[in-house]
Amino acid sequence: MSAPTDPAQRVAIGISFGNSYSAIAFTTSEGKAEVIANEDGDRQIPSALSYVEGEELHGGQAKGQFVRNARNTVAYFRDFLGQDFKAIDPSPCHQSAHPIQQEDGVAFRIRDTSEDRENTVSVVDITTRHLKRLRTSASDYLGKDVNAAVITVPTNFASAQKEALRKASAEAGIEVLQFISEPTAAVLAYDARPDAQLADKIVVVADLGGTRSDIAVVASRGGIYTILATLHDYEVSGFKLDQVLMDHFAKEFLKKHKSVGDPRENERSLAKLKLECEAVKKALSIGSTANFSVESLVGGVDFTASINRTRYDLLGNKLFAAFARLVTHAVEKANLDTLDISEIILAGGNSHTPKVASVVRSAFTESTAVLAPSTSPTAINPSELSVRGAAIQASLIQEFELEDIEQSTHPMVTVTPHLSTAVGVLCISGDDSSGVFHAIIDAETPLPVRRTAIVATPREGGDVLVKLAEGSRHIKVTKPEPKSRTEAGGTADDSDEDDSEDEEEEELREKTWKVGQALSEAAIRGVKKGAKIEVQINIGADLSINAVIRELGAKGGIRGIVQGHKVNGSS
Amino acid sequence: MANVEISLPLPVLPVGWAGEKDFKAVGQLNQANDRNIEPVGPHFLAYARRKRHKRTFSEDDRIQAQANVKSVEEEDPDDIDEPEDPLMLQREAKDWKSQDHYAVLGITRYRWRATDDQIKRAHRRKVLKHHPDKKAAAGGTEDDQFFKCIQKAHEVLSDPVRRRQFDSVDEGAEVEPPSKKETQKGNFYKLWGKVFEAEGRFSNNHPVPKLGNDKSTKEEVEHFYNFWYNFDSWRTFEYLDEDVPDDNENRDQKRHVERKNQAARRKKKTEDTARLRHVVDDALALDERIKKFRQAEHAQKNKRRLEKEAAQKREAEEAEKRKAEEAKAAAEKEAADKAAKADNKKAKEAAKNAAKKNKRVVRGAAKDANYFHGSGDAPAAQIERALNDVDLIISRIEHEELAALTAKLNDVKDAGKIKQIFQDETQRLVGAGKLAEGEVKSLA
Repeated sequence: MSAPTDPAQRVAIGISFGNSYSAIAFTTSEGKAEVIANEDGDRQIPSALSYVEGEELHGGQAKGQFVRNARNTVAYFRDFLGQDFKAIDPSPCHQSAHPIQQEDGVAFRIRDTSEDRENTVSVVDITTRHLKRLRTSASDYLGKDVNAAVITVPTNFASAQKEALRKASAEAGIEVLQFISEPTAAVLAYDARPDAQLADKIVVVADLGGTRSDIAVVASRGGIYTILATLHDYEVSGFKLDQVLMDHFAKEFLKKHKSVGDPRENERSLAKLKLECEAVKKALSIGSTANFSVESLVGGVDFTASINRTRYDLLGNKLFAAFARLVTHAVEKANLDTLDISEIILAGGNSHTPKVASVVRSAFTESTAVLAPSTSPTAINPSELSVRGAAIQASLIQEFELEDIEQSTHPMVTVTPHLSTAVGVLCISGDDSSGVFHAIIDAETPLPVRRTAIVATPREGGDVLVKLAEGSRHIKVTKPEPKSRTEAGGTADDSDEDDSEDEEEEELREKTWKVGQALSEAAIRGVKKGAKIEVQINIGADLSINAVIRELGAKGGIRGIVQGHKVNGSS
Repeated sequence: MANVEISLPLPVLPVGWAGEKDFKAVGQLNQANDRNIEPVGPHFLAYARRKRHKRTFSEDDRIQAQANVKSVEEEDPDDIDEPEDPLMLQREAKDWKSQDHYAVLGITRYRWRATDDQIKRAHRRKVLKHHPDKKAAAGGTEDDQFFKCIQKAHEVLSDPVRRRQFDSVDEGAEVEPPSKKETQKGNFYKLWGKVFEAEGRFSNNHPVPKLGNDKSTKEEVEHFYNFWYNFDSWRTFEYLDEDVPDDNENRDQKRHVERKNQAARRKKKTEDTARLRHVVDDALALDERIKKFRQAEHAQKNKRRLEKEAAQKREAEEAEKRKAEEAKAAAEKEAADKAAKADNKKAKEAAKNAAKKNKRVVRGAAKDANYFHGSGDAPAAQIERALNDVDLIISRIEHEELAALTAKLNDVKDAGKIKQIFQDETQRLVGAGKLAEGEVKSLA
């Protein structure tokens, strides 16, 4: 099964394999990604396997075994793949089978057969079993034998980890077409929507997951993505949010039943508490209040309580603030300003929480769109972002030979020069000091690039000067405008507006351009009244500029070349 | 990528500005940063294509556009018009039964393989070309005969039942089986494959197995011939029926023709079945694989037989060898026994001789000892007694003891010593319980 399959007979899906949850998706013939529900009807399938007398339980069923059969339940194992035992953090597995050391990695001791004997099962084998179940679910749903997939991985997944995952997939009968990083998949999922407009933008993908949070700053330039900075944090996580709720309810319980004991000190009570807190957390993302109810929490005492969203927001405030700080920190790490960010995509299960979106929202200005269920009605389910991206990528590349994919993803192809400054045209005046720079190609655009701009001419027409120059973005901090604050409250709904408008608004506020090095000058003579000039700029990988400037609707035009660095003979 | 719209006006050209061809390069871009772009998304695929094939944007646009156009064209290869035979164009519509409908529609390259869609399109193409109105407009005659032929052809081919009837007798689709000589000269699989492919079009059962090649397994070949010997054909010969007169007057005539047609159909069907059987027989006779399999089987059988024979032979040889060994061993044993017996006899005789000699010595010793009578001549009684006693001793003594006694007595001349030896001997024999005390009186 591990042999490369014929591209014509490939049935490829997208798999998002997370520490807490996994998801599978495919692309319909109309090119829409759809997430597949497993036999239990779950679209978010817990990455857990449990063994009861030789029977393998998977997903939600396995998760239910945390209470009764914790030692034979394996979960949160994704990050252990291909890692040394010394390098892993076993804390998420506190309430399930503990990882142990095996000669070349991590393993679990579980009773996975009907015999009364503990077997050592390596994490690769566990992953294989997990992927096999996912594959079966997808095959059952599609009615076709799934044999290939695009799998999403975090940006800091090492090549050894990828190799281990590739091996596990091959064992499960899945040919890995490509590993794509989770933030890119999320951006792709948004860009693949039929009404999406291709724009030059900088997107922050903030993933608040179960065991970790990952932030990535991605430059999207004409549909090509470049990751500018990433940030990973294992302290700010959905687990910690659960912990906050657990502490809260444990205290509530102790108030009422002091003599019974702390539910956090009993292993089984703790598991019950945790499962219910996760459910409460999910309920609070949808409704404003949620009920907490566990039968026989400790010593046969049932416990019921309720919590409202405000209380939860207050309890988790520290973590929410930390998450917002992480996002702004990542932007700083990319040497950017919050004003440069046009979109923030919130991903991961915990992004359903409205407070997460609102704290991130408040850390940025109104010009930044926050894509989360609570802030944008058109937002995609944050839990499904990466799997949708993977499914889209799978449909794009499934017809290619594996070798072809490998060659295309080789650093020879992917390492590209990126513009260090923006290139644009000077308006109103040709003078460096008084002219207004308007960017045509933004900084961090991969080369070669081709962009066209339509520029207005003076009302009376005549001869005009087209001066191309480099421009550097400058943040005017001297004039904090209170006006934007009031606007922020009023128009919460322009998150999904296209980008050219955003850019204009930014310029009116605090983002300005400084004219840098002038690049070329050209003259268009005898422009008609009210005509427009089309400026097309091609920049090659060697930084040579090929400009074509002409009047719209008129014949002829001007072509000019500015030599790049390698040919040192520009005049 | 949407164009950037800039609403601010461009500056007016300063007076006195001049440049070669109205363009002046004045600066250079800053050094670029090298970054990894994410290999994801449709635009990356386009980018990778450009980079790997070293195309520029406009080149890539052009090549992609060309590729798209080509693929559209390739999808429509049916629109090739086959050249029309001038003789065919002269046909009269009333002779439609003898016309080749596929040739009329210009799809002889498909024939029975043509899909309904292909037939429909071919018909339309021909109609557009041969429509009588068009001919009239071009100043031609009002000859619509060929147009009627086209309509007839379409009528036959678009009706599945009638098309089958025509296909059954379509000579254009038939492939003559090659003769034996041709087969031996050419490639069996190539020549006969075509024959069976053509015959296979009549099959009710699908898929029709392929003839295969010389690497086909025995099962495949057997399946192939089984299929053809049990061939289930839908071929009918209604198309060749004689026209039934449809005047109501002569009913008998009509029935007669109908009966004749029925009989003819049956006959032709039987003939066709026999023909097909013959074809398959021929193919089977010429098929090298059958010979090969038979040889292999034969070789297998032979091998088994030879093995068996060899085993038997080996066994027989072994048995013979064993027998010979046994006989040899027996003979050796017999010889040894014989020799041992002879030796025994000799030894016994020797012992007897020795005993005799020893007895003589012992008796002699008794005589030397003066019959144990001290000095002087011994009286006859004493002699007799002494001799009796010696005989008694000798009779009671074993051969070896006798020999030992003899050895003691040899060379001893002294009467006293001899007597002493005899007394010792007597004493010993008494001790051993062979003699009674006082039995030997002369030595007392």
